[in-house]
Amino acid sequence: MEQKDGILVQVENLKKYFPITRGIIFQKTIGYVRAVDDVSFFIRRGETFGLVGESGCGKTTVGRTILQLYRPTAGKVYFDGIDLTTLKGEELRRMRRRMQIIFQDPYASLNPRMTVGDIIGEPLEIHGIAKGKEKRERVMELLQIVGLNPYFINRYPHEFSGGQRQRIGVARALAMYPDFIVCDEPISALDVSIQAQIINLLEELQEKFGLTYLFIAHDLAVVRHISDRVAVMYLGKIVELTDRDSLYSNPLHPYTQALLSAVPIPDPVVEERRRRIILKGEIPSPANPPSGCRFHTRCPVVMDICKEVEPEFKDVGGGHWVACHRV
Amino acid sequence: MEEKTKVITKPKVEVILEEEERKRLKEMPLWRVRLYLTWREIRNNWRLFSENKIGLLGLGIIIFYAIMAIAHPILMKWVWDPNIYDPIVGYSYDEVLQPAPPSFRHILGTDPLGRDVLSQLMYSTRSEFALGILAAIITVTIGTTVGAVAAYFGGIIDTLLMRLADLIIMLPFVTILIVLSALFKMNLIILAIVIGILSGFGGTGIVIKSQALTIKVRAYIEAAKVSGGSNWHIIFRHIIPNLMPLSFLYMMFSVTSAIFSEAVLSFFGLLNIRMSWGLMIHTAQTAGYLLNPKTWWLIVPAGLSITLLCSAFYLVGRALDEIVNPRLRKR
Repeated sequence: MEQKDGILVQVENLKKYFPITRGIIFQKTIGYVRAVDDVSFFIRRGETFGLVGESGCGKTTVGRTILQLYRPTAGKVYFDGIDLTTLKGEELRRMRRRMQIIFQDPYASLNPRMTVGDIIGEPLEIHGIAKGKEKRERVMELLQIVGLNPYFINRYPHEFSGGQRQRIGVARALAMYPDFIVCDEPISALDVSIQAQIINLLEELQEKFGLTYLFIAHDLAVVRHISDRVAVMYLGKIVELTDRDSLYSNPLHPYTQALLSAVPIPDPVVEERRRRIILKGEIPSPANPPSGCRFHTRCPVVMDICKEVEPEFKDVGGGHWVACHRV
Repeated sequence: MEEKTKVITKPKVEVILEEEERKRLKEMPLWRVRLYLTWREIRNNWRLFSENKIGLLGLGIIIFYAIMAIAHPILMKWVWDPNIYDPIVGYSYDEVLQPAPPSFRHILGTDPLGRDVLSQLMYSTRSEFALGILAAIITVTIGTTVGAVAAYFGGIIDTLLMRLADLIIMLPFVTILIVLSALFKMNLIILAIVIGILSGFGGTGIVIKSQALTIKVRAYIEAAKVSGGSNWHIIFRHIIPNLMPLSFLYMMFSVTSAIFSEAVLSFFGLLNIRMSWGLMIHTAQTAGYLLNPKTWWLIVPAGLSITLLCSAFYLVGRALDEIVNPRLRKR
């Protein structure tokens, strides 16, 4: 994929292997978990890029590797044309003002011993942008932006509900007015009624501040609602990547088809005709992925070639990328 | 109908109270809000603590000894004649035979050198407290730092610190203290530092590290990293504050171990100290009264004090454990 205008984040051949070690004093590496194995995609400025897949397929690892929370094993991550994988120390810290993350679990993502003001104001203080009264004012403004009472500033996280906590998490991510936010399953831990509120908040903020999202989720309906383009991951690889409408109307990869067939349709007539593709077996271990196409052990339309040759991730027209021998 | 109105009105009252509280907090400056919230936390924890009768017993014993320690200088100044009652150089001229049994004049009798035992006991309490608390602070400071650093950085730093901890645990504690006291003159401060280092780099460090490992993987640590926080910022702002309850608990346990070690060393006469509970037993022993039941007042007060104060800190520690670990709570 060549560099294009209007691209904020570009990921090229990203790999992240976690070593499996054994030993007490001298740790010997006996293998690797291939959490992310050769993933490439780009995110346009101002768009929402959805990343879906089963749990354990590496979608969270992709998000964290982009933010350099995990250093990639190989590959490049360009942010606004700058390669993040080569940055260190102060340079990386400066780049980090421009990207943020919202976490899945609002109960674990706020330090229980800090007040809301300290939590949201932490990035401001670290980067030396605002202190004391100025910080307080900015935090109150942020609280208002995310729809909370600004006078919550002196409270502790345990005094809030899950949805309110997630709003605090959003306010913290917004504190530096970043360009790019990784939303790591931001609604999976919330009640359905609250999910919609947070989704609407995220959309509203995107419009207001021109944010770019990497939206990681396993809820296909939510991803369909919020994303402009969607990538489907399976066992550390992207199997299909296209814009939202063509993915949901014309899924090409058998894994995507199986995933979409599992979504109930809120129309009894159509729902009657919905035919579920049930995949056999378990997701294989990423420490020892299958040869050839990684999906061949569970694929309903498997061919002989799938077991030996890895399918190429290719454009089948109109920016619809898919990795399958059948296409 | 009546039932229904009850159901409706009850939450309303709560909401109003909360609203009031919010308003009150709104007008306060930040430090007062912090103070208020801390006070509320202490009050809640006290309620939990006071349910534990054993913890209250321990606290009672500690308060009793604290009063003794405070009372001693007051008694020396206004009530007791220093020539007679001084714990180190006093001499009781009234008694014909030393050690003299308890009497009205000397409530716990006198020791073989004619000094008042109660005065010695009370005088020593102060240094026991000082030693215990100093050792505990050093232990916990070192233990918390070691635990947090080992857990956060992992890798070679973790390996080095944890193998060092294993090594220290393997060495017999009292024997090391005896060897060290032979090498250089030990006083209370040096003893506190030695105990602090041995325990901080040893057992306490390991326990705190295991707790730090569970904190290290919480999402707010990653949030701080994404926000650009440096390693030390994360350790001191996020990890250590969350370790504080456990550290505080281990402070209680290390007070116990410090008082106990001091007693052992003083008993062997290895500590350069003017007076302590261990030294009182040492005096009785060198004069040949150690196993004589007729002179019980030379051994029992000091021995009982060591046992009581050690167990008191331990009991308070157990009770605090219940507050720190909600799983241990009865309800």
